Amino acid sequence: MSLLAIIFVAILADNIVFNQFLGICPYLGVSKRLETSLGMGIAVIFVMAMSAVVTWLVYNYILFPHLVYLRTIVFILIIAGLVQLVETILKKTNPTLFRALGIFLPLITTNCTILGVAILNVQAEHNIIETIVYSISVAVGFTIALVIMAGIRERLDLANVSSLLRGAAVSLVTAGILSLAFMGFKGMMTL
Amino acid sequence: MNIVYAFAVLGGLGLLIGGLLSYAAQRFAVEEDERVEIVADVLPNANCGACGYPGCINFAEKVVAGDAPVDSCIPGGKAVSDRICEILGLETVASDVRKVAVIFCLGTKDVAPDKFEYHGVPDCKAAMMYGGGFKVCEYGCLGLGTCVEACPFDALSMGEDGLPVVDWERCTGCGICVKACPRGVIRIMDVDQPTRVVLCNSKARGRATRNACEVGCIGCKACVRACPQEAVVVEDFLAYIDPAKCNFCGECIDACKRDIIKELDLTKEPDLAKTV
Repeated sequence: MSLLAIIFVAILADNIVFNQFLGICPYLGVSKRLETSLGMGIAVIFVMAMSAVVTWLVYNYILFPHLVYLRTIVFILIIAGLVQLVETILKKTNPTLFRALGIFLPLITTNCTILGVAILNVQAEHNIIETIVYSISVAVGFTIALVIMAGIRERLDLANVSSLLRGAAVSLVTAGILSLAFMGFKGMMTL
Repeated sequence: MNIVYAFAVLGGLGLLIGGLLSYAAQRFAVEEDERVEIVADVLPNANCGACGYPGCINFAEKVVAGDAPVDSCIPGGKAVSDRICEILGLETVASDVRKVAVIFCLGTKDVAPDKFEYHGVPDCKAAMMYGGGFKVCEYGCLGLGTCVEACPFDALSMGEDGLPVVDWERCTGCGICVKACPRGVIRIMDVDQPTRVVLCNSKARGRATRNACEVGCIGCKACVRACPQEAVVVEDFLAYIDPAKCNFCGECIDACKRDIIKELDLTKEPDLAKTV
């Protein structure tokens, strides 16, 4: 499959948030302000690309073919360790980036999107190049979802919302409508 | 046999990652000044940003490093500044000047009429985008409470007459509301000693102000003539009183035909709007 198709499907047609319903927690939790949602998105792109490569290597060279059932636990272990490692190194070598990513790095450790993409990569039997492209595209799709949501919610804060719907309710309704809108891409292409 | 492999792989990976982490923790250790934590505990932790740093922890870092003045924390005032000096072993520097926010407008709903009915977003900044605000007066308080929302200390509330009320017990003079107000109606005042203030923000000409509001300063200069200390000046059709020159004689209060010069005294009635 061509890499362009992977990019299109990962960002739009099979958006991780809107169509696969992974990463809903940060999608609703970190989308109150545009600035923070962008920070989160960039941190996810960063961690996703890195963890996908490492998990792919571990899966294909250590787990495959006899220990495939250890996949989930090993991936969690690797992702958690990796994020911690990156955080430690960043703190020393690049304090500016460390501060920019801030609280999002440790939050991402337990993000289901990261684990989900690691598993999707090995399930789809991507090679290493496809893995990198797919992971970054998914993370970009996640960022787009987050930024769209944050933009809408910033406006919702100012809008005159009925007291019945105010707060979480209207956010969930918005998320649903957005998800429906993205369903439109689904028919265009699938992997 | 399979279980041994599983054990070996999982254990080995765990050991490897653990080893890497502990190596990184030592190799890339960042020395943190423990005084930062102690200073951060002393701060109000309102993250108001009045010191010029995004949050209290950032201010704590800077102050311990010596990059920020110890008396920058406005909400904390002298008490916090003294504690910081104690922690850092410095001489006390802060002066004990009490600052509060004062609403420079007396234009309640009854005396300052609307230009048109506004049904938009209940937010002063949003209202300003619509024909420059819905009041005839282009300088006065719109009364939609953007400052009330902005105040991190719950010191502001919206009065029934459409003007915000400052709770002087809670107000720290941080100035967040000053930035929030799109019309610049709020000013931060030193209130250590009683002062006289002209509670109007209207820089419009006398006639325009007279049409817009019953209690606007029309720049008639009656107060200027009445003041024996020459402490009052009129600029842009709006009177200002220089607190340094004012001797609190009260002549200007009697002279003002619009009755908008008020006494600002922290020990007395804290609610200025209600003294009208």
